[in-house]
Formats: sequence, structure tokens, C-alpha cells
Amino acid sequence: MRMLATLARPDAGAATVMGHDLVQAPHEVRASIAMTGQFASLDEDLTGRENLMLLARLWGFRSRAAKARAADLLAAFGLSEAATKQVKDYSGGMRRRLDIAASLIVTPDVLFLDEPTTGLDPKARKDVWGMIRGLADSGVTILLTTQYLEEADQLAARIAVIDHGKKIADGTSRELKAATGSGVLHVALADPARLEEAAGILEQRLGHAVQRSTEGAELSILAGTANSANEALAVLISTGIELSDFSMGQPSLDEVFFALTGQPSLGEGRKDGK
Amino acid sequence: MTDATHLQELPLIGRPPRPSALSNALVFGWRAVLKFKHVPEQLFDLVMTPIMFTLLFTFVFGGALAGSPGQYLQFFLPGILVQTVMFNAVYSGMGLSTDLGKGLFDRFRSLPIWPLAPFAGLMVGDILRHLISGSIILAIGLILGYRPEAGLLGVLAAFAMLVATGFGMGWIFIVLGLLIRTPTTVMTLGFTFLFPLVFASNIMVDPGTMPAWLRTFVDVNPISLMTSALRGLMGGGTTFGEIALALIAPVALTAILAPTTLWLYLRR
Repeated sequence: MRMLATLARPDAGAATVMGHDLVQAPHEVRASIAMTGQFASLDEDLTGRENLMLLARLWGFRSRAAKARAADLLAAFGLSEAATKQVKDYSGGMRRRLDIAASLIVTPDVLFLDEPTTGLDPKARKDVWGMIRGLADSGVTILLTTQYLEEADQLAARIAVIDHGKKIADGTSRELKAATGSGVLHVALADPARLEEAAGILEQRLGHAVQRSTEGAELSILAGTANSANEALAVLISTGIELSDFSMGQPSLDEVFFALTGQPSLGEGRKDGK
Repeated sequence: MTDATHLQELPLIGRPPRPSALSNALVFGWRAVLKFKHVPEQLFDLVMTPIMFTLLFTFVFGGALAGSPGQYLQFFLPGILVQTVMFNAVYSGMGLSTDLGKGLFDRFRSLPIWPLAPFAGLMVGDILRHLISGSIILAIGLILGYRPEAGLLGVLAAFAMLVATGFGMGWIFIVLGLLIRTPTTVMTLGFTFLFPLVFASNIMVDPGTMPAWLRTFVDVNPISLMTSALRGLMGGGTTFGEIALALIAPVALTAILAPTTLWLYLRR
């Protein structure tokens, strides 16, 4: 992402952003993008308005136009009241909003968001999500990285899964889920003591690794088709294992990720969505 | 909640005509001025040390070094101006290191602006700092009895010289600021480098009493050359050669370190 934003030079390979080559025409690339990093790139000593005016004037707006644009952005991001406060007195959510506002002084063709919600509380995260949806609806292409698979599922039209620096899959959320099977079978047992026996039967029948929930008496496993899930359940019941509940669901992206990387436990994962 | 967002009301706008490099640099200068407004403490730090030095050397050592505090002040004041400017430059390197650590420069670098503009802005801030702290020291000197024999013109020329030397030496600390991630390390290294240069110079005492080997160093120390030129400009009787010698180091440093700065900055 730093390479695409012309902050780092590529060691190998080539890429274009809006038709401009990264190495040959970095200035043109910079003119069509905006980037918001993981850490707020703001001047802590200046006020919110001054930060936006500084950037607006760097883009070439005259003083009056810069002021007007800063006021528009502050209003749009709900920061009007904090406009004259120094950024060091802002909360984490406010900083993130100001940071994204700073990326939108000139509406970019492509907006890079590098883990925009890392370290935010759930409410602030929802706010940022709403903002990102709004931007995408207004026609801005957004490239977003995140560690939260849920976030990619919520926001992204296209998702690329990157594991250990290599892209291992890409497509829409639905495509990724479909590629790993029709769904996931969740089973809850009435008798926790027979958990291992049940897990063995499911694995043998469905040919995937069982995930045990932390609570212990629940099992989840990828099922190829609804029919095979049905058959596996029938075997469980015929062995006399009593089920307190079962359901068939779409796999979550977490499960897709584990299926793709072959890691049953939490691994190092990263997603890019667009 | 008052902080609801109204993104749908935000007008989308294209970019204005591309601004000139000078306009970019001036915007960064404006940032430096805003910093003075919001963080006036920084001036306090910059001015307190030289004021203490001036008072300490004049009244404690002055009599012993030059016969009387008044006579010593006449000798010492141009030197303390040089020292102040050098120490100011270290703080500017620290500021740069802090900015770089916070990702602010990533934003600047992803903008379509003149790449050297942030540094030009830093320099504008430095020059303002040099002028403000220089004026304060001069005012205190005047109150204590310092008399610039070359008059107002001499003082103005001396301040121009001061700004030029500060500008040249400033590159050293900008490069340090670019290379070193922790601001306190920049400060420690900066002062470790500056202390021998400042003390083994003719700022505080006439090098006549120093051992010959040290005198050889003091005579070619750029800080001594600058101090001599400043003394000449403020006290009268300067020569063109003296000024030219004093400007060698600032000019050479700018010629070498400005491109180095750009190179370091772009490859980060």
C-alpha cells in the first residue's frame, strides 16, 4: 500500500494507479490518490481547522477557498464544534475522522485506507464504516486493508486475502464463501462427554477439520452440500449422540480464511477489500 | 450526539491549478508561525539558556576574563548570538524527527507538492526563531550596557549573517533528524557534536592563552570564523575576507547537505 501511494519504491514489478505508472509518473499518481495510514497523520499542535487549511493550501486553494473547504469537511465529519481545539485534545475517533477528512480535501479518484479502524472502540468503528460506505456510494474507489475479516465482509465489494505476503484468493465475499463449500454445519451436543466421538464422526463423514467452540459442547465444520450435512447428522443420531441444537449457515469470512490458509487456529491474516 | 457525520452533504470537488513551489514553501512557513502561536513554550526553552549564559559569563566570569563585566559583555555578546543560533538548530532537528515519527510527513509525501517544501518551511521557522531569540539576547545586552559600535546598520548586517550561518548549519541537524528516529537522540547527538565546537572557539575567551594545538583548531573552527565576522560587523572594522571566511562553512554545508536531505527524504 505504501508503494501504491508512492511512499516506498517497489523492489520489483510494476503497477499503475488511474493509468499512471508508479515509478515513471509519481506526481500524477499523487494527484489522483489520497491515503490515510494506521496512525493519524495530523499536526497535533494545530487545531482541526488549521490542519485542514494547511493541506488545502498545499493543494493550491487560496486562503478563502481553503477556509471554506475546511468548514465543509468539518461539518461533514461532525467536527465543527471541535474545529478550534488542538488535535492533541481530540479523542481517537475524532482524530480518525479528521484524518479521513484530510484525505478528502480534493475528492480523490482512489482512496487508500490502511487499517482505518484499528484501535477504535465499536461505536467509532461503526461511524468510520458508515463514512466509508458513503464515500464508496459517491463514486470514490477505496482500497482498504484490515485485520478484521468482519470489516472486509461488511464493506468490501471485492476482497483479496493475503497470507504471509502472498495473495491466496480474491473475489467477492459471496464468491469466497462459495469457494469453500456451501456452508458450515454447527452442532451443539446435549452431552459434552461425547464431544470427541461426535467430532470424529463429523470429520470422517465430511472430510474437513472440526472447530470446537470455546464453550466446549459446540462443533462447527465445513459441509460440502446440504445433503452431506444431512447424512452426517443422521449418522450422529443413529450412534445415539443427542443433539441439543444444530444449524446450517453461511461460513463467516473467518472460517473461509482458515479454510484457505489451512490453519485451524488464529493465524496472521490480512485482507484487502475494494 | 453532536458529532454525527453528514457525509452526503459534502460537495465533491476537483483540484485547483497546481501551486508553485514557492507557494508550497510559504504554506509550510505559515505552519511554523502557527506553531509559535500554539506552542509559545518552545521560545522559552530557546531563550532561557542563552540568557543564563549571558548573565553567568558576564557577571561571574566576566571580571576575571576581561577586567570588568562591562568589557567582557562587549566581547561576549556577538559570540552568544552565534551559540544561540547553533542550539536553536538542534531543536529544529528534534522537531523534524518528531514529525517524521508521527506519520505527518507520509501525508505530505503523498501530496503532489514540491518535495523540498516541508524543509523550506522548517527553515522559515528556524529563521524566525533565530531572529526572535537573537533580538531578545541583543535587548538584554543593550540593557546590561552592550554598545554596538557599528550602529544600526552593523547590527542589521550581523543579523543577516546570523541567519545565513543558522541556515547553513541547520542542514546538519535536519539530516540528523531524518536519520534518527528518536528526537531525544537527535538532541543528545546534536549537543555532543556542538559542545566541543562551541567551547573550543573564540566565543567565550580569546584563544591566545590556549595551548598551540588547540589554538590551531580554534582558528579554523567555523564557529570561531562566524563569531569573528559577527564581532567585526557589530563592533566595526570588519573586512570582506573575514565575512567570506565565515560564510564558507554555511555555503558548503548547504551545497552538500541540501541534496543529501532530498535524497534521504525521498528514499525513506
